[in-house]
Amino acid sequence: MFFLRNHYTHPEFKVGLRDFLRPAPGIAAWGLMTGVAMVKSGIGLVESLLMALLVFAGSSQLASIPLILAGAPLWVIWATGFCVNLRFVVFSLHLHHYLSHLPTWQRVVNGYFTADLSYVWFVRRYPHPAGDDAGRMAQQAYLAGSNLMNWGAWIISSLVGIALANFVPQSWGLGFAGILCLIGILCSLATTRLRLLSASVAGAVGVAAFALPLKLNIIVAIGAAVILCMTMEKLQPHRVEVLKS
Amino acid sequence: MTDINWHTVVIVLGLAVVTVITRAFFLFSNRTWTMPHWAQRGLQYAPIAALAAVVVPEVVMVNGHLMDTWKDARLYAGIVGAAVYFWRKDVLFTIVAGMAVYMPLHLGLGW
Repeated sequence: MFFLRNHYTHPEFKVGLRDFLRPAPGIAAWGLMTGVAMVKSGIGLVESLLMALLVFAGSSQLASIPLILAGAPLWVIWATGFCVNLRFVVFSLHLHHYLSHLPTWQRVVNGYFTADLSYVWFVRRYPHPAGDDAGRMAQQAYLAGSNLMNWGAWIISSLVGIALANFVPQSWGLGFAGILCLIGILCSLATTRLRLLSASVAGAVGVAAFALPLKLNIIVAIGAAVILCMTMEKLQPHRVEVLKS
Repeated sequence: MTDINWHTVVIVLGLAVVTVITRAFFLFSNRTWTMPHWAQRGLQYAPIAALAAVVVPEVVMVNGHLMDTWKDARLYAGIVGAAVYFWRKDVLFTIVAGMAVYMPLHLGLGW
């Protein structure tokens, strides 16, 4: 973690920082648009600031905004955030192999700060957990460096976006950038045919069931898509092996 | 200068907790976890389904109804954005290209 002295003085910390300079502009553009989108959607300034600083997860922030504005109940918003964040659950299962030697609070803080790209960069540089203490320290320091760059790019750009939002007229429809961001993430997840089926079914059900109260169309759509895909797997088990990402 | 909506603040704090729970899901305990098979399979499909259920209505619906015109900037921006993702494999390109289609249609033609 970047605030620990033995991490930020380690040579791998700088390597992590430097490696992460490449994706940082993308993160910053994303944060900028999320900042603008939050304020433009009409949720307040303080609420937007808290979201950028604490929630620190672009996709769940963007997904929750329409739900907040629609007045959906708390549990629906939180459950949607959870579903949008489900990929992190999978990451954390993987990260556990690298972090299991750490005390609980350090494991949890590491998990919180490790977002999509810092996870991807970390496991690309270190495909396997280290076998000794020196190796584990180097991996920790690298993760700390890339996480700091990621977090800094996100926070600063979000704040700039929130500040600039008031100079951007509502009629420009910049909030659509948020939807485009979600479309990009959606496409990045469409790595198998069954996942494509899942997206198609969920999209269609999401539209067809739109009239349901409390944005329950989202929950119904997830349920229908997942059940259908898992049934398809059962029917064609030999194909699943081939299609598995 | 601005009225704080405490209901929204509670939602936001809850979402922060959701971030902690999901990002650290298997890190709270020091046990080595293995997920049950059905949950692993379900996780293959749930995230993309959640996104599609949120996104598709935002692109093809107006005021709770399927759009009844082809003159809607969101439709073309969404299609271009998705196509550009599969071309460049970068979410940033999707956003930039999609907005490059959306802004002229929306502001220029009023779609």
